[in-house]
Amino acid sequence: MNTAVRENVETTPARRQQEQFVAPRASVNEDHDGYTLLVEMPGVNKEGLEISIDNNELTIIGRRSLPTIEGAPLHREIRRENFRRTFELDPSIDTNKISAKIEQGVLTLRLPKAEQVKPRKIEVS
Amino acid sequence: MSLIRYQNPEWTMWPTLDRLSSLRNDLDSLFELPLLGSFDRAGQLFSGWSPALDAYQNNDNVVVVAELPGMKKEEIEISLHDGMLTIAGERKQEATNGNGEKAERTERYVGKFRRSITLPVRVDSSKVNATYRDGILTVTLAKAEEAKPKQIQVNAS
Repeated sequence: MNTAVRENVETTPARRQQEQFVAPRASVNEDHDGYTLLVEMPGVNKEGLEISIDNNELTIIGRRSLPTIEGAPLHREIRRENFRRTFELDPSIDTNKISAKIEQGVLTLRLPKAEQVKPRKIEVS
Repeated sequence: MSLIRYQNPEWTMWPTLDRLSSLRNDLDSLFELPLLGSFDRAGQLFSGWSPALDAYQNNDNVVVVAELPGMKKEEIEISLHDGMLTIAGERKQEATNGNGEKAERTERYVGKFRRSITLPVRVDSSKVNATYRDGILTVTLAKAEEAKPKQIQVNAS
């Protein structure tokens, strides 16, 4: 099996200039039945999430609804930019069966493998 | 004075100018607010990760916001001691599903974290309120009465 969920690095700078995005941190785990992709997007809820698949390319956009706080900033580290990241999907993934949930700013995507590529035992009769 | 930035592997993705301007903001805040820059020194010796943090001040409150995606609210500890607010906890590794699961890419931090900040004014420790939503922790600390700005009326004689 070749690489599972490969990242596509944005190469067109023009595209990036339109809106500023940062790449969220992500983890990918593989098991016999598929892949689990975890993407950290603090401040993003279900409404701000946009997941699309085009040509085996999975694009995740997370628009943040950060709390607006009145007052003078004393210290700032949290970035305001929205999140965007693209992954190239392994052909073994059944794109019709992808499921997603977001909980406390972490998106969990389950990417099941198509039935025919799953490991299976062949019974000897 | 030590500033412990939270660690982010995506540094390189950020435009250079932005990095400079955030550095500038840090320097500015060091000069303007010497109190808040003093983070817990223990943080440097601490091997865990540190979440990104914002702090604001208005007439009534000091508000501290931290990015803590994917926690359970029970796993976040908030404490206030000697004018220092500490946010700590531990993020657990996700349980494996026992189906030959193996990590292919791991960028998320797991393990313990701790951030402390010295508050710029005295706060009323009985009026601290924390909410955790969409992976963002917001701690609102009411200023002590004597720390609130007061308008003083000028009386014409």
